[in-house]
Amino acid sequence: MSDLYETQRGMRQIRKAAMQRGIVAILDLGTSKATCLVLRFDGDVGDMGDGVGPMAGQSQFRIIGAATTRARGMRHGEIEVMQETERAVRTVVQAAQKMAQVRVDHAIVSFSGANPRSYGLTGEIDINGQEVTESDVAGVLGSCDMPDIGSHRAVLHAQPVNFALDHRSGLSDPRGQIGNSLTTDMHLLAVDRDVVRNILHCIKRCDLELAGLASSAYVSGIAAMVEDEQKLGAACIDLGAGTTGVSIFLRGHMIYADTVRIGGLHVSQDISRGLGIPMTLAERIKTVHGGLVATGRDDRDMIELSGETGDWEHDRREISRSELIGIMRPRVEEILEEVRERLDVAGFDDLPSQKIVLTGGASQVPGLAGLAARILGQNVRLGRPLRVQGLPQAATGPGFSSAVGLSLFASHPQDECWDFEIRDGRYPARSLRRAVKWFKENW
Amino acid sequence: MQPLRRAGIPAPEVRHDPAPSRISYRLNRIWLSPVLRRIITFVVPSVLVIGLIGLYISNPNRQAVLRGWVADITSSIEARPEFQIRQMSITGASPVLANAIRERVEVDFPVSWFRIEPADIQARIAGLDAVADVQVTVELGGALNLRVTEREPAVIWRRAFSLEMLDETGVRIAYIDRRDGRPDLPLITGDGADAAVFEAMTLFEAAAPINDRLRGLTRRGERRWDVVLDRDQVIQLPEQEPRVALERVLAMQAAQDILNRDIPVIDMRDPERPIVRLGTEAIDYLRLTRAFEKGLAKK
Repeated sequence: MSDLYETQRGMRQIRKAAMQRGIVAILDLGTSKATCLVLRFDGDVGDMGDGVGPMAGQSQFRIIGAATTRARGMRHGEIEVMQETERAVRTVVQAAQKMAQVRVDHAIVSFSGANPRSYGLTGEIDINGQEVTESDVAGVLGSCDMPDIGSHRAVLHAQPVNFALDHRSGLSDPRGQIGNSLTTDMHLLAVDRDVVRNILHCIKRCDLELAGLASSAYVSGIAAMVEDEQKLGAACIDLGAGTTGVSIFLRGHMIYADTVRIGGLHVSQDISRGLGIPMTLAERIKTVHGGLVATGRDDRDMIELSGETGDWEHDRREISRSELIGIMRPRVEEILEEVRERLDVAGFDDLPSQKIVLTGGASQVPGLAGLAARILGQNVRLGRPLRVQGLPQAATGPGFSSAVGLSLFASHPQDECWDFEIRDGRYPARSLRRAVKWFKENW
Repeated sequence: MQPLRRAGIPAPEVRHDPAPSRISYRLNRIWLSPVLRRIITFVVPSVLVIGLIGLYISNPNRQAVLRGWVADITSSIEARPEFQIRQMSITGASPVLANAIRERVEVDFPVSWFRIEPADIQARIAGLDAVADVQVTVELGGALNLRVTEREPAVIWRRAFSLEMLDETGVRIAYIDRRDGRPDLPLITGDGADAAVFEAMTLFEAAAPINDRLRGLTRRGERRWDVVLDRDQVIQLPEQEPRVALERVLAMQAAQDILNRDIPVIDMRDPERPIVRLGTEAIDYLRLTRAFEKGLAKK
């Protein structure tokens, strides 16, 4: 765990340096599109007057450059062809730099793949009726038992979500309080190490320094959910192209994250296969005519299919919209049922509130809210990302939740356990031994 | 069998890849760095421009050409009729003084407006003795106007080897050859008389009743005045308030006809105690009269 500590700490240092410089790039590597936002931090502007508060930290930064391009060489949110992904990153970074008219050196990256898996950790230390200090917090975080995540896995997030002092639970900040035993619950998100390494390498090849990594399921939850949803307990379902991210929030912290490796691209693939048309056309038909709930009128709505095979009969077909819905619906149902399974595993039903927020590019299918309500529960809404300063109108759709959430994450990062100094119990003994050695050598 | 594609139609081009190459991406990033940008957009061009101009000018032949060019342009502008000044008008000066001023100004008309220095001309004319004040104005496309205020001659000062005309403030206006030239002006003599011309003027004013007998005033020891009348009669006046003393003498004249008697000197230097010095005949007569009174004299 220590080498990861080092890399994560290094990234945190770079992030601080980038904030000092004031310019950070946000890079969301998705399966179908790569988005780059250039953020300019102006420092804390404080109260904006007229009853407008700091707005959850959004007023600290401004988006001065934004660009989106088709992602290439990505599958299921993971890099498949390095050169292609690198080209996509270069394209999008250059376009965003051009809009911002400034050079960016630091990037914070989110990605959706790499099989994230959540672990709940508990740690406890004795503090003997003393005041809880920051080193005690570090100590209790360090006392958590590291679960066996596997040698090929790496820790992406490790966030303390709850502290308990003696029998009082639900503390968000125990410092300064007095008690006997300090307990913590930590949420740890592990991902495949090779996927992360590939992403690190790709960013390095684009001459950028990585200032942070985040799971896109987590950051789209930050952007799409309002604050009380995060507090009371809710799940955010990010329907992307290659993967569907699930993240559960409670008391303002993420307590569970997972991904389903099916997404909107599979819907297009189904259409392409089912109708025998090229992928691009299938994608187009899906976005223009797609739907999930068939009505009587949809039988009469005919969609022309074009083709270039040379077979006149094949190229001049027409299908009704209800046929298209008949292809799309089972796949979306499959995705939602998978999500339901993950939520059941996570114990979502035990939460005080069962709010579900759907976001991501694939959530724009008409009728999704109704279908999701039948599978996931009644309390479903469609979520769009928070409005932040300077975000172009084109980037305000639900497909940009994770990019916007990543900017919020960059300006207000959650405490991770590597933000605290690790308490090294052996340190006094070692230094004493060193002192004795020095005396022996010199006298 | 028909060919799938006709010969004239070229094959569809490979789709353009929007991604920048590694090199162009790197160059773009370098270009966006602020220091380099400032150097290339500002520092390098300004250095180049300044350097080229310096290189061009450093050649002496080109400097001469440039100077000639500038001189041509300035002279062509100066020579324009709008800037020409053709004449000089002098107001408020006597003809003699006007001639002196014309000699002094030394401007060859017509002259360009740029070549005239009004302040310089004014300083020169103000240097003339007879000029109290001068205002120089230049009208564009017109004339050089000199508005001169002449000094008024007040007295004539006779010195050992010259006769000078002075104004009220004692400044010399001109040398004159003959006293007869200005018989209307009163005459003063003595060293330092020019410093007290104003006082002399008040004395002349007070002496109006005896004007027909007045010859002039003489400064004594650069501190007080003597009034000199004909028949070599002298009234010695004090330093302080000479006019009062003179008026007192005139009162005595009115009462006792003192000036028509044989009294060569009336000494008023001490105003409390006027002293008269009698002539020799008068003294003899006085003695004789006194002797008669005492019965000493014989008939």
